[in-house]
Amino acid sequence: MLAIEKDCESMGDRLRDLVRDFGVARLIILIFLGILIASAYFLKLPMGQILSSILTRFGMNGVLVLAMIPSIQCGAGPNFALPLGVTCGIVAATLSIELNLVGFQAFFFALLVATPLGALTGYFYGLLLNKVKGQELTVGTYFGFSIVSLMCIFWTLVPFKSPEMIWPYGGSGLRVTISLQDRFDKVLDSFLSFQIGEVTIPTGLLLFFGALCLLIWLFNRSKTGIAMLTVGNNPRFAESSGLNVNKYRVIGSVLSNALAAVGIVVYAQSFGFLQLYMAPLFMAFFAVASILIGGATLRRATVWHAIIGCFLFQSILVVSMPVANVVVADNLAEVVRIIISNGIILYALTRREAGGDVR
Amino acid sequence: MNGDGTPELPVRRQGFELGEFLQRNVVPIFFLIVCIFGGYHSGLPLPFLINEIITRMARNSFLVISLIIPILAGMGLNFGIVLGAMAGQFAYVITVNLGMAGLSGFLWTAVLCFPMAVVFGWLTGMLFNNAKGKEMITGIILGFFANGVYQFVCLYLLGKFIPIPVKSMLLSTGIGLRNTVDIKPMHYALDNLWKVRFKIPGVIFPIIIPMVTILVVLGLCFLLHYLFKTKLGQDFRAVGQDRHIAAVAGIKVDRVRILAVIFSTVLAGWGQVIFLQNLGNINTYGSHVQVGTFAVAAILIGGASVTKATIGQALLGTLLFHTMFIVSPLAGKNLMGNAQIGEYFRVFVTYGVIGLALALHAWQSRARDKKRLRDAEEAA
Repeated sequence: MLAIEKDCESMGDRLRDLVRDFGVARLIILIFLGILIASAYFLKLPMGQILSSILTRFGMNGVLVLAMIPSIQCGAGPNFALPLGVTCGIVAATLSIELNLVGFQAFFFALLVATPLGALTGYFYGLLLNKVKGQELTVGTYFGFSIVSLMCIFWTLVPFKSPEMIWPYGGSGLRVTISLQDRFDKVLDSFLSFQIGEVTIPTGLLLFFGALCLLIWLFNRSKTGIAMLTVGNNPRFAESSGLNVNKYRVIGSVLSNALAAVGIVVYAQSFGFLQLYMAPLFMAFFAVASILIGGATLRRATVWHAIIGCFLFQSILVVSMPVANVVVADNLAEVVRIIISNGIILYALTRREAGGDVR
Repeated sequence: MNGDGTPELPVRRQGFELGEFLQRNVVPIFFLIVCIFGGYHSGLPLPFLINEIITRMARNSFLVISLIIPILAGMGLNFGIVLGAMAGQFAYVITVNLGMAGLSGFLWTAVLCFPMAVVFGWLTGMLFNNAKGKEMITGIILGFFANGVYQFVCLYLLGKFIPIPVKSMLLSTGIGLRNTVDIKPMHYALDNLWKVRFKIPGVIFPIIIPMVTILVVLGLCFLLHYLFKTKLGQDFRAVGQDRHIAAVAGIKVDRVRILAVIFSTVLAGWGQVIFLQNLGNINTYGSHVQVGTFAVAAILIGGASVTKATIGQALLGTLLFHTMFIVSPLAGKNLMGNAQIGEYFRVFVTYGVIGLALALHAWQSRARDKKRLRDAEEAA
């Protein structure tokens, strides 16, 4: 990303610097994606469908990836406790079904409940993170896991009555998967959507995602946003310039979890189902991997990183599925997803970063 | 019986302070209460419970003990033992295919597991050295990553590029392992060597103790105890206390850290071999996944922390964790009318105790750092 402006360097050096800056792992992933797309083309797979699918999945997962930005920017690293915000969003969505809302009304009600709920839990989580500086990633991972399993008990006990959510023949608790077909399934996707050739553009979804990106971009340029970036970059310097480090870290956590709560509602409306119980357990890892693929590090992330990363990661997933089906066997796409997403996180963890150790 | 197994405290004969004792051992005491409460409400007959506990202690202790060395070496909880477990499972796939059985088959599995575990441990150690201070999260992610590679090998390479003579292991397509792989020839290879049966008057079921397995675990405990007294053991401790001081003292820090991980991975591999001979089959895509989490939760419940662990804590933790494991579904059913709740509670406690221990550790070490900084400032 950074331009190399040393004229005296030879071409080879420059190229090497460029590659190092871009990262070997990212290069491998790009080449892999190139091979996938080429083979999809030669296998005569329906490229229009693939592209539509990439666009939908890009918007569907985008907000969850955006949730990583404030957390990384405030210096707490990628938010591995994403399931915390996600469960808030799911609670809000179930509430909108329980109140028998439909369409955009249901969707916006869910957002309206999800955002403050996510922000509130994010606030308390931020307080916790301030106590465990330097270990945010491990603590976050297991905090997220425990919340998911605790919420399993909640789903079993919650006294919701809507027949769409409870088991049809007795049994306590909510279903594992709730269909949103008659609720807010694809309200954003189909809003103003149109076709170019074979490609369907989910206009509403992309607009919504774009608006959120713009909001974060603007926030990064606001006074609070810049202060938060400073705190994340160099806490000592921030402290000596009179910034309250802990306060801005809490703000980062609040924003991150609120975005996660919004993100899952958007995800669910596009997916068409609401997944409860253990489903959010591994959601954080894919979001973390996405933003890292986009060029973010454990300490630095921008909106562009999220957009590029989410697009690349989802492209790989979407393209690899049909290609793997034709070439080898089913299920390989899932294995590829596990290897790529965790591989890129490992790569980021072991990289020595400019600007000091994570401590 | 449960209450006496508390971890070894530094011997302090002058006056026993109850408050301090409680404070030091708050975690095991809490779980002891949970276990007794749950055990009472589960309604399980005591002999059955004791039998279950003995079986589970015998098959899980080895895995939990494998976590101790990296903790001493200052690398925290080694979530990377998942790789050791994978080595054990690969070794079983080989020995079953070579048609081995019984004790010799079991021993060959352990032998074959060794080189694989050493290589995995070495790679893990190198990775950890590149991520100093972030070993635990690296270990967690490494476990997931390795699981992806493992699935790739088991689903697409075995049977296609690597010949598998025993066709019953493979899926109907002839490529990839089945979900459950039978290792019947080695079932109870170790446990059945010498079983002691206790008959309690008035109770139908006798209490059965697999003596050899327990002796193996005890042997490991003594070996470790001895290891800590050797030069290498002291090096582990020195590196664990302060990497920089150890380096100044002439210890090759990176090498010692890699050795610690190799030890841990090899022990975990053998632990998984023992674990699976008791089970009699391998859940190909699941057996190893939980190994890291369960072993870590067990040692933490025993009162260990990220920086301190003893053999006693590992054994006590295994006892408490698995007792909770046995009783919680039934207790959940009897108390809440739903076995599923007990199940979820168990998962919650597993994750929660790890999260809490990690948070407490970070909290304390930050307080210590702050104090050190303040002292340094005052001195300056």
